[in-house]
Amino acid sequence: MEGADLAGKILSTWLTLVLGLILLPSAFGVSLGISEIYMKILVKTLEWATLRIEKGAEKESVLKNSASVGIIQRDESPMEKGLSGLRGRDFELSDVFYFSKKGLEAIVEDEVTQRFSSEELVSWNLLTRTNINFQYISPRLTMVWVLGVIVRYCVLLPLRVTLAFFGISLLVIGTTLVGQLPDSRLKNWLSELVHLTCCRICVRSLSGTIHYHNKQYRPQKGGICVANHTSPIDVLILTTDGCYAMVGQVHGGLMGVIQRAMVKACPHVWFERSEMKDRHLVTKRLKEHIADKKKLPILIFPEGTCINNTSVMMFKKGSFEIGGTIHPVAIKYNPQFGDAFWNSSKYNMVSYLLRMMTSWAIVCDVWYMPPMTKEEGEDAVQFANRVKSAIAVQGGLTELPWDGGLKRAKVKDTFKEEQQKNYSKMIVGNGSLNL
Amino acid sequence: MGSRASTLLRDEELEEIKKETGFSHSQITCLYSRFTSLDKGENGTLSREDFQRIPELAINPLGDRIINAFFPEGEDQVNFRGFMRTLAHFRPIEDNEKSKDVNGPEPLNSRSNKLHFAFRLYDLDKDDKISRDELLQVLEKVDVEQKMSIQFLH
Repeated sequence: MEGADLAGKILSTWLTLVLGLILLPSAFGVSLGISEIYMKILVKTLEWATLRIEKGAEKESVLKNSASVGIIQRDESPMEKGLSGLRGRDFELSDVFYFSKKGLEAIVEDEVTQRFSSEELVSWNLLTRTNINFQYISPRLTMVWVLGVIVRYCVLLPLRVTLAFFGISLLVIGTTLVGQLPDSRLKNWLSELVHLTCCRICVRSLSGTIHYHNKQYRPQKGGICVANHTSPIDVLILTTDGCYAMVGQVHGGLMGVIQRAMVKACPHVWFERSEMKDRHLVTKRLKEHIADKKKLPILIFPEGTCINNTSVMMFKKGSFEIGGTIHPVAIKYNPQFGDAFWNSSKYNMVSYLLRMMTSWAIVCDVWYMPPMTKEEGEDAVQFANRVKSAIAVQGGLTELPWDGGLKRAKVKDTFKEEQQKNYSKMIVGNGSLNL
Repeated sequence: MGSRASTLLRDEELEEIKKETGFSHSQITCLYSRFTSLDKGENGTLSREDFQRIPELAINPLGDRIINAFFPEGEDQVNFRGFMRTLAHFRPIEDNEKSKDVNGPEPLNSRSNKLHFAFRLYDLDKDDKISRDELLQVLEKVDVEQKMSIQFLH
């Protein structure tokens, strides 16, 4: 039948192209330069679009997106100054002004809730999903946008899905095969090869452009690698440049298949859901892992949840109690080309991956940092904060003391009580005045 | 996905809010984005739980009372108009407004309305149990304008 013949021919040409131009070169870590050309064209187009939008904005006095500037200028005076009193002065009815102002400021713009949704862009990047305040400017811009939609959904998406399919299948098959071998140097070398190859293919499937800085500080065996968390893609980005032992919960479905296959080839640390609750068990197993200097470095995300890559939130102290050397890594995505943040309350894994594959590209910087160890007289919390500051400074992110768990949970009452205690200390003072 | 902010807020509504509260066009749009981002139920109104989700408000000793100030008597939902009306109390008094005509309705951010807002934070059962003279005497000495104003940008 002609139809079937034609379909068959198209499919085989398609597969040959994909194999020849993308799969094989990336398997060998070689680049044919196609993606570089794509990125250059993309950058030029986005620059042109930005200029057009700005010109259009001036002409029609359309509202400028001031997301980067904020809605209000916060009054950062601390409690003592805001209440305009010395220690131990009496309660005044006007004290309510300070607290109500602080409360209203938090309602209009607060530091925490904005971290759990995608960053707003300063200038539109021709994706519908990031279009918040930008209005119709010109027919040319709309045409470019339509062209972009066609290119992304009809050309790039099938290509990327094919690549991802190949990448994941190769990973599962490869690690299962390698897992059959007895433990030896050869097995480790092969398992590394399989991991790296499949990760490179998967990164191509997202049109990922990654810059690694300071490769001399790449995490060594027997250490713990710690990074800020934005999405599951972080794992992919780090494992393209080195092999790590993952830590995490056992999942069902496709993730579970991948996890079970990977652990055959090299020792990852997967926990059952029930085991995760037992902190001592978790610490014990991780300690055993790093004690063996031949095992790969552990990869941990101490924030515990995905944050939108504009800030670093509280690092949970559990990872810092294990001991051993910490290798901090800072990951910063460029939101202009594609938003990598996984808002798990809004999108499930499949829609998230689809959004990833219909963005322009994933561009990010990875900075390896010099190793850190816990100092004398420092407890786990202080150490965690020190590492967090270092990562925030390197990646150009804001540092917040708030817990990422606030995405789903309420603030603990102890924090409210602390504020109340501070206020009452001011009124009562040391107990020596005003009696 | 897409431009929720500009499509759901109609121009007439925006004009009415502008007249009532005195916020500028762009300020109202920004605050509408904020309102929709707090509205997890996506039904155009905020409930008390939506406010309590803000950590910095939850640890404020007056948090609950401030949240109550948004909700009209006996209601559990506040719409955007009500939200803006309460926020308007904290708009600074601009120079060109100080010499407005005395016959017009008092703007929401006038000194006495700011004081009224603070008063309501104390008067939980809304029955004027605090002696008003006392309160006004104390507050007379305080710089109400600076303390009860938030710097809204542009």
